[in-house]
Amino acid sequence: MLRDLTFGQYYPTTSFVHKLDPRTKLLLLIAYITAVFVAGNFYGLAASLLFLLIAVAFSAVPLWSVLKSVKSILFLVLFTFLLNLFFYAKKEGDTTLFWVITKEGLISALFLASRLILLVMGSSVLTLTTTPVSLTDGIESLLKPLSYIKFPVHELALIMSIALRFIPTLAEETDRIIRAQKARGGDFDSGNVFKRLKALIPILIPLLVGAFRRADELGNAMDARCYSGSKNRTKYKKLKFTFRDLIAALFTAALIAGVILLNNGAI
Amino acid sequence: MQAISFENVSYSYKQADAEYVRNAVDGVTLDIEEGKFIALLGANGSGKSTLAKLINGLLLPVSGEVKVFGKPTVGDDQNGLFEIRRRVGMVFQNPDNQQIASIVEDDIAFGPENIGIDREEIGRRIDRALKVTDMEAFRYSQVSRLSGGQKQRIAIAGALALEPDILILDESTSMLDPKGRKEVMEVARSLNREKGMTVINITHYMDEAAEADEIYLLKEGKLVKSGTPDEVFSDTATIRECGLELPRPAMLAEKLKAAGIISNVKITSKEELAEEICKSLRKN
Repeated sequence: MLRDLTFGQYYPTTSFVHKLDPRTKLLLLIAYITAVFVAGNFYGLAASLLFLLIAVAFSAVPLWSVLKSVKSILFLVLFTFLLNLFFYAKKEGDTTLFWVITKEGLISALFLASRLILLVMGSSVLTLTTTPVSLTDGIESLLKPLSYIKFPVHELALIMSIALRFIPTLAEETDRIIRAQKARGGDFDSGNVFKRLKALIPILIPLLVGAFRRADELGNAMDARCYSGSKNRTKYKKLKFTFRDLIAALFTAALIAGVILLNNGAI
Repeated sequence: MQAISFENVSYSYKQADAEYVRNAVDGVTLDIEEGKFIALLGANGSGKSTLAKLINGLLLPVSGEVKVFGKPTVGDDQNGLFEIRRRVGMVFQNPDNQQIASIVEDDIAFGPENIGIDREEIGRRIDRALKVTDMEAFRYSQVSRLSGGQKQRIAIAGALALEPDILILDESTSMLDPKGRKEVMEVARSLNREKGMTVINITHYMDEAAEADEIYLLKEGKLVKSGTPDEVFSDTATIRECGLELPRPAMLAEKLKAAGIISNVKITSKEELAEEICKSLRKN
Protein backbone atom coordinates (compact mmCIF):
# COMPACT_ATOMS: atom_id res chain seq x y z
CA MET A 1 0.00 0.00 0.00
CA LEU A 2 2.71 2.49 0.90
CA ARG A 3 5.51 0.63 -0.83
CA ASP A 4 5.64 2.71 -3.95
CA LEU A 5 5.47 5.96 -2.11
CA THR A 6 8.33 8.20 -3.10
CA PHE A 7 8.99 11.82 -2.49
CA GLY A 8 7.89 13.92 -5.46
CA GLN A 9 6.80 12.15 -8.59
CA TYR A 10 9.91 11.68 -10.67
CA TYR A 11 9.08 10.55 -14.20
CA PRO A 12 12.06 8.45 -15.32
CA THR A 13 13.06 9.07 -18.92
CA THR A 14 15.80 10.93 -20.74
CA SER A 15 14.99 14.26 -22.27
CA PHE A 16 16.40 17.74 -22.79
CA VAL A 17 14.88 18.93 -19.52
CA HIS A 18 15.90 15.79 -17.61
CA LYS A 19 19.50 16.30 -18.65
CA LEU A 20 19.64 19.91 -17.50
CA ASP A 21 21.78 20.64 -14.48
CA PRO A 22 19.56 20.62 -11.36
CA ARG A 23 20.92 24.05 -10.45
CA THR A 24 19.75 25.40 -13.79
CA LYS A 25 16.33 23.95 -13.26
CA LEU A 26 16.08 25.38 -9.75
CA LEU A 27 17.16 28.84 -10.88
CA LEU A 28 14.92 28.77 -13.93
CA LEU A 29 11.98 27.73 -11.79
CA ILE A 30 12.60 30.78 -9.62
CA ALA A 31 12.76 32.91 -12.78
CA TYR A 32 9.55 31.36 -14.07
CA ILE A 33 7.78 31.98 -10.75
CA THR A 34 8.96 35.59 -10.88
CA ALA A 35 7.59 35.93 -14.42
CA VAL A 36 4.22 34.56 -13.35
CA PHE A 37 4.08 37.03 -10.48
CA VAL A 38 5.28 39.95 -12.58
CA ALA A 39 2.71 39.29 -15.31
CA GLY A 40 0.05 41.97 -14.93
CA ASN A 41 -2.45 40.77 -17.48
CA PHE A 42 -3.74 37.64 -19.17
CA TYR A 43 -1.29 38.06 -22.06
CA GLY A 44 1.60 37.68 -19.61
CA LEU A 45 0.03 34.55 -18.13
CA ALA A 46 -0.58 33.21 -21.63
CA ALA A 47 3.10 33.73 -22.43
CA SER A 48 4.02 31.84 -19.23
CA LEU A 49 1.65 29.04 -20.19
CA LEU A 50 3.22 28.85 -23.62
CA PHE A 51 6.68 28.67 -21.99
CA LEU A 52 5.44 25.93 -19.68
CA LEU A 53 3.94 23.91 -22.54
CA ILE A 54 7.19 24.12 -24.50
CA ALA A 55 9.13 23.02 -21.40
CA VAL A 56 6.74 20.09 -20.95
CA ALA A 57 7.14 19.17 -24.61
CA PHE A 58 10.93 19.12 -24.20
CA SER A 59 10.71 17.08 -21.00
CA ALA A 60 8.97 14.07 -22.61
CA VAL A 61 6.66 13.99 -19.60
CA PRO A 62 3.00 13.45 -20.54
CA LEU A 63 1.02 16.67 -20.08
CA TRP A 64 -1.44 14.66 -18.04
CA SER A 65 1.14 14.11 -15.26
CA VAL A 66 1.74 17.85 -15.05
CA LEU A 67 -1.99 18.56 -14.93
CA LYS A 68 -2.42 15.94 -12.22
CA SER A 69 -0.29 18.04 -9.89
CA VAL A 70 -3.04 20.67 -9.90
CA LYS A 71 -5.45 18.12 -8.48
CA SER A 72 -3.81 18.22 -5.07
CA ILE A 73 -4.30 21.97 -4.74
CA LEU A 74 -7.69 22.13 -6.45
CA PHE A 75 -9.32 23.00 -3.16
CA LEU A 76 -6.91 25.87 -2.59
CA VAL A 77 -7.50 27.17 -6.13
CA LEU A 78 -11.25 27.01 -5.66
CA PHE A 79 -11.01 28.70 -2.28
CA THR A 80 -8.88 31.52 -3.67
CA PHE A 81 -11.21 31.92 -6.60
CA LEU A 82 -14.35 32.18 -4.46
CA LEU A 83 -12.71 34.46 -1.91
CA ASN A 84 -11.63 36.85 -4.63
CA LEU A 85 -14.98 36.62 -6.34
CA PHE A 86 -17.06 37.52 -3.29
CA PHE A 87 -14.71 39.91 -1.52
CA TYR A 88 -13.60 41.91 -4.51
CA ALA A 89 -13.36 45.58 -3.50
CA LYS A 90 -15.94 47.24 -5.69
CA LYS A 91 -14.86 50.40 -7.49
CA GLU A 92 -16.71 53.11 -9.39
CA GLY A 93 -17.83 52.02 -12.81
CA ASP A 94 -17.68 48.28 -12.19
CA THR A 95 -20.41 46.32 -13.89
CA THR A 96 -22.44 44.21 -11.48
CA LEU A 97 -23.39 40.82 -12.90
CA PHE A 98 -25.60 39.76 -9.98
CA TRP A 99 -25.64 40.22 -6.21
CA VAL A 100 -22.07 41.20 -5.12
CA ILE A 101 -20.38 39.68 -8.12
CA THR A 102 -18.92 42.10 -10.61
CA LYS A 103 -17.36 41.50 -13.99
CA GLU A 104 -14.06 42.96 -12.75
CA GLY A 105 -14.18 40.75 -9.65
CA LEU A 106 -14.71 37.69 -11.80
CA ILE A 107 -11.74 38.61 -14.00
CA SER A 108 -9.50 39.24 -11.00
CA ALA A 109 -10.51 35.92 -9.40
CA LEU A 110 -9.85 34.06 -12.63
CA PHE A 111 -6.50 35.79 -12.94
CA LEU A 112 -5.34 34.77 -9.45
CA ALA A 113 -6.57 31.21 -9.88
CA SER A 114 -4.71 30.82 -13.19
CA ARG A 115 -1.59 32.24 -11.60
CA LEU A 116 -1.76 29.65 -8.84
CA ILE A 117 -2.28 26.83 -11.33
CA LEU A 118 0.66 28.00 -13.41
CA LEU A 119 2.90 28.11 -10.34
CA VAL A 120 2.07 24.56 -9.31
CA MET A 121 2.42 23.20 -12.82
CA GLY A 122 5.82 24.86 -13.18
CA SER A 123 7.09 23.37 -9.91
CA SER A 124 5.83 19.96 -10.90
CA VAL A 125 7.87 20.10 -14.11
CA LEU A 126 10.93 20.40 -11.86
CA THR A 127 10.02 17.50 -9.59
CA LEU A 128 8.90 15.34 -12.52
CA THR A 129 12.20 15.73 -14.32
CA THR A 130 14.67 15.79 -11.41
CA THR A 131 15.40 12.99 -8.96
CA PRO A 132 15.25 14.03 -5.31
CA VAL A 133 18.93 13.11 -5.03
CA SER A 134 20.11 15.46 -7.76
CA LEU A 135 17.72 18.10 -6.46
CA THR A 136 19.51 17.88 -3.11
CA ASP A 137 22.87 18.10 -4.87
CA GLY A 138 21.66 21.18 -6.71
CA ILE A 139 20.42 22.88 -3.56
CA GLU A 140 23.69 22.09 -1.77
CA SER A 141 25.70 23.55 -4.63
CA LEU A 142 23.55 26.68 -4.84
CA LEU A 143 23.76 27.28 -1.10
CA LYS A 144 27.51 26.71 -0.99
CA PRO A 145 28.38 30.45 -0.74
CA LEU A 146 26.47 30.50 2.55
CA SER A 147 29.07 28.20 4.12
CA TYR A 148 31.40 31.20 4.27
CA ILE A 149 29.14 32.74 6.86
CA LYS A 150 29.24 29.44 8.83
CA PHE A 151 25.87 28.24 7.54
CA PRO A 152 25.96 24.41 7.75
CA VAL A 153 25.29 23.74 4.06
CA HIS A 154 26.89 20.30 3.94
CA GLU A 155 25.09 19.12 7.07
CA LEU A 156 21.78 20.40 5.76
CA ALA A 157 22.25 18.62 2.44
CA LEU A 158 23.24 15.42 4.25
CA ILE A 159 20.13 15.61 6.42
CA MET A 160 17.99 16.06 3.32
CA SER A 161 19.54 13.17 1.46
CA ILE A 162 19.30 10.85 4.48
CA ALA A 163 15.65 11.85 4.88
CA LEU A 164 15.04 11.00 1.24
CA ARG A 165 16.91 7.73 1.61
CA PHE A 166 14.74 6.68 4.55
CA ILE A 167 11.33 7.60 3.13
CA PRO A 168 10.83 4.20 1.44
CA THR A 169 12.25 2.37 4.48
CA LEU A 170 9.94 4.14 6.93
CA ALA A 171 6.97 3.77 4.56
CA GLU A 172 7.55 0.04 4.51
CA GLU A 173 7.78 -0.04 8.28
CA THR A 174 4.55 1.97 8.62
CA ASP A 175 2.86 -0.56 6.39
CA ARG A 176 4.15 -3.39 8.56
CA ILE A 177 3.04 -1.72 11.80
CA ILE A 178 -0.44 -1.05 10.39
CA ARG A 179 -0.78 -4.69 9.42
CA ALA A 180 0.51 -5.81 12.81
CA GLN A 181 -1.98 -3.54 14.61
CA LYS A 182 -4.82 -4.69 12.39
CA ALA A 183 -3.94 -8.29 13.18
CA ARG A 184 -4.38 -7.37 16.84
CA GLY A 185 -7.78 -5.87 16.16
CA GLY A 186 -6.76 -2.28 15.49
CA ASP A 187 -9.42 -0.31 13.66
CA PHE A 188 -8.36 2.60 11.49
CA ASP A 189 -11.28 2.97 9.11
CA SER A 190 -14.32 3.71 11.26
CA GLY A 191 -15.51 6.42 13.61
CA ASN A 192 -15.28 10.16 13.27
CA VAL A 193 -12.18 12.20 12.51
CA PHE A 194 -11.02 12.35 16.12
CA LYS A 195 -11.44 8.64 16.63
CA ARG A 196 -9.42 7.95 13.50
CA LEU A 197 -6.69 10.36 14.52
CA LYS A 198 -6.53 8.66 17.90
CA ALA A 199 -6.22 5.32 16.17
CA LEU A 200 -3.02 6.59 14.53
CA ILE A 201 -1.21 6.85 17.87
CA PRO A 202 -0.38 3.12 18.08
CA ILE A 203 1.17 3.47 14.63
CA LEU A 204 3.13 6.65 15.22
CA ILE A 205 4.73 5.66 18.51
CA PRO A 206 6.39 2.45 17.29
CA LEU A 207 7.38 4.27 14.10
CA LEU A 208 9.02 7.06 16.07
CA VAL A 209 10.82 4.68 18.44
CA GLY A 210 11.99 2.69 15.44
CA ALA A 211 13.25 5.82 13.73
CA PHE A 212 15.40 6.68 16.75
CA ARG A 213 16.83 3.17 16.79
CA ARG A 214 17.61 3.45 13.09
CA ALA A 215 19.23 6.83 13.60
CA ASP A 216 21.46 5.36 16.27
CA GLU A 217 22.56 2.50 14.03
CA LEU A 218 23.04 4.77 11.04
CA GLY A 219 25.22 7.02 13.19
CA ASN A 220 27.41 4.04 14.05
CA ALA A 221 27.59 3.03 10.39
CA MET A 222 28.63 6.58 9.45
CA ASP A 223 31.29 6.68 12.17
CA ALA A 224 32.59 3.31 11.03
CA ARG A 225 33.05 4.79 7.57
CA CYS A 226 35.19 7.67 8.86
CA TYR A 227 32.55 10.41 8.77
CA SER A 228 33.92 13.56 10.37
CA GLY A 229 31.77 16.38 9.07
CA SER A 230 32.48 18.57 6.08
CA LYS A 231 36.17 19.28 6.60
CA ASN A 232 38.58 17.67 4.12
CA ARG A 233 35.67 16.01 2.41
CA THR A 234 35.65 15.44 -1.33
CA LYS A 235 32.64 14.96 -3.53
CA TYR A 236 32.32 12.12 -6.02
CA LYS A 237 29.57 13.63 -8.13
CA LYS A 238 30.25 16.98 -9.65
CA LEU A 239 27.56 19.07 -11.27
CA LYS A 240 28.43 20.54 -14.63
CA PHE A 241 26.79 23.29 -16.66
CA THR A 242 26.63 22.48 -20.36
CA PHE A 243 25.51 24.16 -23.56
CA ARG A 244 22.04 22.82 -22.86
CA ASP A 245 21.80 24.93 -19.71
CA LEU A 246 22.70 28.04 -21.65
CA ILE A 247 19.91 27.43 -24.17
CA ALA A 248 17.39 26.89 -21.37
CA ALA A 249 18.56 30.06 -19.63
CA LEU A 250 18.25 32.14 -22.81
CA PHE A 251 14.80 30.73 -23.42
CA THR A 252 13.72 31.70 -19.88
CA ALA A 253 15.22 35.17 -20.29
CA ALA A 254 13.04 35.54 -23.39
CA LEU A 255 9.98 34.68 -21.29
CA ILE A 256 10.77 37.34 -18.68
CA ALA A 257 11.43 39.95 -21.36
CA GLY A 258 8.19 38.98 -23.10
CA VAL A 259 6.17 39.26 -19.90
CA ILE A 260 7.59 42.70 -19.09
CA LEU A 261 6.87 43.93 -22.62
CA LEU A 262 3.34 42.55 -22.47
CA ASN A 263 2.81 44.29 -19.13
CA ASN A 264 3.62 47.62 -20.69
CA GLY A 265 1.48 46.93 -23.67
CA ALA A 266 4.52 47.11 -25.95
CA ILE A 267 3.47 44.07 -27.95
CA MET B 1 51.80 -9.66 12.20
CA GLN B 2 49.08 -9.28 14.84
CA ALA B 3 46.10 -7.61 13.22
CA ILE B 4 44.23 -7.13 16.48
CA SER B 5 45.30 -7.56 20.05
CA PHE B 6 43.27 -7.10 23.21
CA GLU B 7 45.02 -6.83 26.54
CA ASN B 8 42.82 -7.35 29.55
CA VAL B 9 40.09 -5.21 27.96
CA SER B 10 36.92 -4.34 29.83
CA TYR B 11 33.98 -2.19 28.84
CA SER B 12 30.70 -1.34 30.54
CA TYR B 13 27.77 0.69 29.31
CA LYS B 14 26.97 3.57 31.60
CA GLN B 15 23.58 3.31 33.17
CA ALA B 16 21.81 5.96 35.16
CA ASP B 17 21.21 5.11 38.83
CA ALA B 18 22.62 1.62 38.58
CA GLU B 19 24.76 0.65 41.54
CA TYR B 20 26.43 -2.31 39.97
CA VAL B 21 27.06 -2.46 36.25
CA ARG B 22 28.12 -5.75 34.76
CA ASN B 23 30.93 -5.39 32.29
CA ALA B 24 29.70 -6.00 28.74
CA VAL B 25 33.25 -7.05 27.93
CA ASP B 26 35.18 -8.33 30.91
CA GLY B 27 38.95 -8.72 30.95
CA VAL B 28 39.35 -10.07 27.44
CA THR B 29 42.82 -10.85 26.19
CA LEU B 30 43.28 -12.12 22.67
CA ASP B 31 45.50 -11.91 19.61
CA ILE B 32 44.21 -12.21 16.08
CA GLU B 33 46.72 -12.89 13.37
CA GLU B 34 46.55 -11.15 10.00
CA GLY B 35 44.78 -13.01 7.20
CA LYS B 36 42.72 -15.26 9.47
CA PHE B 37 39.01 -15.98 9.20
CA ILE B 38 37.71 -15.68 12.73
CA ALA B 39 34.31 -16.50 14.15
CA LEU B 40 33.17 -14.78 17.31
CA LEU B 41 30.49 -16.84 19.01
CA GLY B 42 28.22 -16.21 21.92
CA ALA B 43 24.58 -16.06 22.98
CA ASN B 44 22.59 -12.80 23.05
CA GLY B 45 24.13 -10.36 25.48
CA SER B 46 27.45 -12.17 25.60
CA GLY B 47 29.28 -9.01 24.52
CA LYS B 48 30.10 -9.97 20.93
CA SER B 49 28.91 -6.73 19.35
CA THR B 50 30.54 -4.64 22.08
CA LEU B 51 33.79 -6.43 21.38
CA ALA B 52 33.46 -5.64 17.68
CA LYS B 53 32.86 -1.95 18.36
CA LEU B 54 35.94 -1.89 20.57
CA ILE B 55 38.06 -3.02 17.63
CA ASN B 56 37.36 0.00 15.42
CA GLY B 57 37.13 2.51 18.22
CA LEU B 58 33.37 3.08 18.06
CA LEU B 59 33.70 2.22 21.75
CA LEU B 60 36.83 2.82 23.79
CA PRO B 61 37.88 0.40 26.53
CA VAL B 62 37.22 1.42 30.13
CA SER B 63 40.35 -0.48 31.11
CA GLY B 64 42.97 -2.39 29.18
CA GLU B 65 44.19 -1.71 25.68
CA VAL B 66 42.99 -2.54 22.19
CA LYS B 67 45.60 -2.43 19.44
CA VAL B 68 44.99 -2.60 15.71
CA PHE B 69 48.18 -3.32 13.78
CA GLY B 70 50.11 -2.16 16.82
CA LYS B 71 48.24 1.15 17.17
CA PRO B 72 46.11 1.58 20.31
CA THR B 73 42.56 2.95 20.06
CA VAL B 74 42.56 6.10 22.15
CA GLY B 75 39.97 8.85 22.17
CA ASP B 76 42.21 11.90 22.16
CA ASP B 77 43.97 10.81 18.97
CA GLN B 78 41.24 11.56 16.43
CA ASN B 79 43.43 11.05 13.37
CA GLY B 80 44.71 7.75 14.68
CA LEU B 81 41.15 6.66 15.31
CA PHE B 82 40.09 7.53 11.76
CA GLU B 83 43.03 5.60 10.38
CA ILE B 84 41.96 2.58 12.44
CA ARG B 85 38.37 2.93 11.21
CA ARG B 86 39.63 3.10 7.66
CA ARG B 87 41.59 -0.11 8.15
CA VAL B 88 38.73 -1.90 9.92
CA GLY B 89 35.62 -2.10 7.75
CA MET B 90 32.42 -2.97 9.54
CA VAL B 91 29.09 -4.33 8.36
CA PHE B 92 26.23 -4.20 10.83
CA GLN B 93 23.22 -6.36 11.52
CA ASN B 94 20.30 -4.50 10.00
CA PRO B 95 20.60 -4.21 6.22
CA ASP B 96 18.21 -1.23 6.22
CA ASN B 97 20.15 1.04 8.55
CA GLN B 98 23.57 1.32 6.96
CA GLN B 99 23.20 3.09 3.64
CA ILE B 100 23.48 6.84 3.69
CA ALA B 101 22.60 7.62 0.07
CA SER B 102 19.61 6.53 -2.02
CA ILE B 103 21.68 5.35 -4.99
CA VAL B 104 24.14 2.48 -4.72
CA GLU B 105 27.21 4.23 -6.18
CA ASP B 106 26.63 7.36 -4.10
CA ASP B 107 26.50 5.24 -0.99
CA ILE B 108 29.73 3.44 -1.76
CA ALA B 109 31.35 6.82 -2.42
CA PHE B 110 30.45 8.00 1.10
CA GLY B 111 33.48 6.45 2.83
CA PRO B 112 36.16 7.60 0.37
CA GLU B 113 34.54 11.07 0.25
CA ASN B 114 34.93 11.28 4.03
CA ILE B 115 38.68 10.72 3.90
CA GLY B 116 39.19 13.14 1.02
CA ILE B 117 39.96 10.80 -1.89
CA ASP B 118 39.82 12.54 -5.27
CA ARG B 119 37.01 11.90 -7.73
CA GLU B 120 38.72 9.68 -10.28
CA GLU B 121 40.09 7.41 -7.59
CA ILE B 122 36.64 7.16 -5.94
CA GLY B 123 35.25 6.05 -9.31
CA ARG B 124 37.89 3.33 -9.59
CA ARG B 125 37.25 2.19 -6.03
CA ILE B 126 33.51 1.93 -6.69
CA ASP B 127 34.27 -0.22 -9.76
CA ARG B 128 36.49 -2.53 -7.75
CA ALA B 129 34.18 -2.78 -4.73
CA LEU B 130 31.18 -3.60 -6.90
CA LYS B 131 33.17 -6.22 -8.80
CA VAL B 132 34.36 -8.02 -5.66
CA THR B 133 30.84 -8.09 -4.21
CA ASP B 134 29.36 -9.07 -7.58
CA MET B 135 26.97 -6.11 -7.56
CA GLU B 136 28.12 -4.37 -10.76
CA ALA B 137 24.68 -4.55 -12.31
CA PHE B 138 23.20 -2.49 -9.47
CA ARG B 139 25.52 0.52 -9.58
CA TYR B 140 22.74 3.00 -10.40
CA SER B 141 19.95 1.19 -8.55
CA GLN B 142 17.97 2.52 -5.65
CA VAL B 143 19.18 1.03 -2.38
CA SER B 144 15.60 0.60 -1.13
CA ARG B 145 14.71 -1.72 -4.01
CA LEU B 146 17.46 -4.26 -3.22
CA SER B 147 17.02 -7.49 -1.29
CA GLY B 148 18.51 -7.92 2.20
CA GLY B 149 21.46 -9.91 0.91
CA GLN B 150 22.13 -7.33 -1.79
CA LYS B 151 21.95 -4.50 0.75
CA GLN B 152 24.51 -6.27 2.92
CA ARG B 153 26.78 -6.79 -0.09
CA ILE B 154 26.50 -3.05 -0.78
CA ALA B 155 27.43 -2.44 2.85
CA ILE B 156 30.50 -4.64 2.33
CA ALA B 157 31.31 -2.71 -0.87
CA GLY B 158 30.96 0.55 1.09
CA ALA B 159 33.50 -0.73 3.62
CA LEU B 160 35.82 -2.03 0.87
CA ALA B 161 35.91 1.38 -0.80
CA LEU B 162 38.02 2.51 2.17
CA GLU B 163 40.47 -0.30 1.33
CA PRO B 164 40.46 -1.89 4.79
CA ASP B 165 42.69 -4.73 6.00
CA ILE B 166 40.13 -6.14 8.38
CA LEU B 167 36.43 -6.76 7.76
CA ILE B 168 34.07 -7.23 10.68
CA LEU B 169 30.66 -8.73 10.05
CA ASP B 170 28.60 -7.87 13.13
CA GLU B 171 25.81 -10.44 12.85
CA SER B 172 25.45 -9.29 9.28
CA THR B 173 23.67 -12.43 8.16
CA SER B 174 21.23 -12.74 11.05
CA MET B 175 18.40 -10.82 9.38
CA LEU B 176 18.83 -12.44 5.96
CA ASP B 177 17.11 -15.34 4.28
CA PRO B 178 19.23 -18.43 3.51
CA LYS B 179 20.00 -17.17 0.00
CA GLY B 180 21.15 -13.76 1.25
CA ARG B 181 23.24 -15.44 3.95
CA LYS B 182 24.96 -17.58 1.38
CA GLU B 183 25.70 -14.58 -0.86
CA VAL B 184 27.24 -12.56 1.97
CA MET B 185 29.31 -15.47 3.29
CA GLU B 186 30.64 -16.20 -0.19
CA VAL B 187 31.85 -12.62 -0.56
CA ALA B 188 33.47 -12.71 2.90
CA ARG B 189 35.20 -16.02 2.17
CA SER B 190 36.57 -14.90 -1.18
CA LEU B 191 37.88 -11.68 0.38
CA ASN B 192 39.69 -13.75 2.95
CA ARG B 193 41.09 -16.32 0.52
CA GLU B 194 41.88 -14.18 -2.49
CA LYS B 195 42.80 -10.83 -0.94
CA GLY B 196 44.15 -12.16 2.33
CA MET B 197 41.78 -9.97 4.28
CA THR B 198 41.33 -10.65 7.97
CA VAL B 199 37.63 -11.39 8.49
CA ILE B 200 35.89 -11.44 11.83
CA ASN B 201 32.45 -12.93 11.60
CA ILE B 202 30.25 -12.37 14.62
CA THR B 203 27.48 -14.89 14.41
CA HIS B 204 25.25 -17.31 16.16
CA TYR B 205 25.00 -19.63 13.17
CA MET B 206 27.12 -22.64 14.04
CA ASP B 207 27.58 -23.75 10.45
CA GLU B 208 29.17 -20.38 9.66
CA ALA B 209 31.43 -20.65 12.69
CA ALA B 210 32.47 -24.17 11.73
CA GLU B 211 34.06 -22.82 8.56
CA ALA B 212 36.31 -20.33 10.36
CA ASP B 213 40.03 -20.78 11.00
CA GLU B 214 39.57 -19.97 14.66
CA ILE B 215 36.65 -19.55 16.99
CA TYR B 216 36.43 -17.28 20.00
CA LEU B 217 33.68 -18.16 22.40
CA LEU B 218 32.22 -15.47 24.64
CA LYS B 219 30.03 -15.79 27.68
CA GLU B 220 28.85 -12.84 29.78
CA GLY B 221 31.63 -10.67 28.41
CA LYS B 222 34.37 -13.18 29.17
CA LEU B 223 36.39 -15.15 26.67
CA VAL B 224 35.73 -18.74 27.71
CA LYS B 225 37.35 -20.68 24.91
CA SER B 226 39.28 -20.22 21.73
CA GLY B 227 40.79 -22.50 19.13
CA THR B 228 40.06 -24.27 15.89
CA PRO B 229 36.45 -25.31 15.22
CA ASP B 230 37.35 -28.93 15.99
CA GLU B 231 38.81 -27.99 19.35
CA VAL B 232 35.97 -25.71 20.33
CA PHE B 233 33.12 -27.92 19.19
CA SER B 234 34.56 -31.01 20.85
CA ASP B 235 34.11 -29.26 24.18
CA THR B 236 30.37 -29.82 24.08
CA ALA B 237 29.85 -28.99 27.73
CA THR B 238 31.23 -25.45 27.36
CA ILE B 239 29.23 -24.87 24.18
CA ARG B 240 26.03 -25.78 26.02
CA GLU B 241 26.99 -23.68 29.02
CA CYS B 242 27.27 -20.68 26.72
CA GLY B 243 23.69 -21.21 25.64
CA LEU B 244 24.66 -22.33 22.16
CA GLU B 245 23.87 -25.34 20.07
CA LEU B 246 26.43 -27.53 18.37
CA PRO B 247 26.50 -27.56 14.57
CA ARG B 248 24.18 -30.27 13.27
CA PRO B 249 26.94 -32.71 12.20
CA ALA B 250 28.67 -32.36 15.58
CA MET B 251 25.38 -32.93 17.36
CA LEU B 252 24.79 -36.12 15.42
CA ALA B 253 28.39 -37.23 15.96
CA GLU B 254 28.00 -36.82 19.71
CA LYS B 255 24.91 -39.02 19.72
CA LEU B 256 26.56 -41.62 17.51
CA LYS B 257 29.53 -41.72 19.85
CA ALA B 258 27.28 -42.13 22.87
CA ALA B 259 25.70 -45.09 21.08
CA GLY B 260 29.18 -46.47 20.45
CA ILE B 261 28.94 -46.32 16.67
CA ILE B 262 31.83 -43.93 16.04
CA SER B 263 34.84 -43.05 18.14
CA ASN B 264 36.03 -39.64 16.88
CA VAL B 265 34.26 -36.64 18.34
CA LYS B 266 36.21 -33.82 16.70
CA ILE B 267 33.71 -33.45 13.92
CA THR B 268 32.31 -30.19 12.56
CA SER B 269 31.43 -30.77 8.93
CA LYS B 270 29.08 -33.08 7.11
CA GLU B 271 31.98 -34.53 5.12
CA GLU B 272 33.98 -35.47 8.21
CA LEU B 273 30.93 -37.12 9.70
CA ALA B 274 30.20 -39.07 6.53
CA GLU B 275 33.79 -40.31 6.44
CA GLU B 276 33.69 -41.32 10.08
CA ILE B 277 30.46 -43.25 9.62
CA CYS B 278 31.84 -45.00 6.53
CA LYS B 279 34.95 -45.98 8.52
CA SER B 280 32.97 -47.53 11.30
CA LEU B 281 30.71 -49.32 8.82
CA ARG B 282 33.75 -50.78 7.08
CA LYS B 283 35.16 -51.98 10.40
CA ASN B 284 32.03 -53.91 11.23
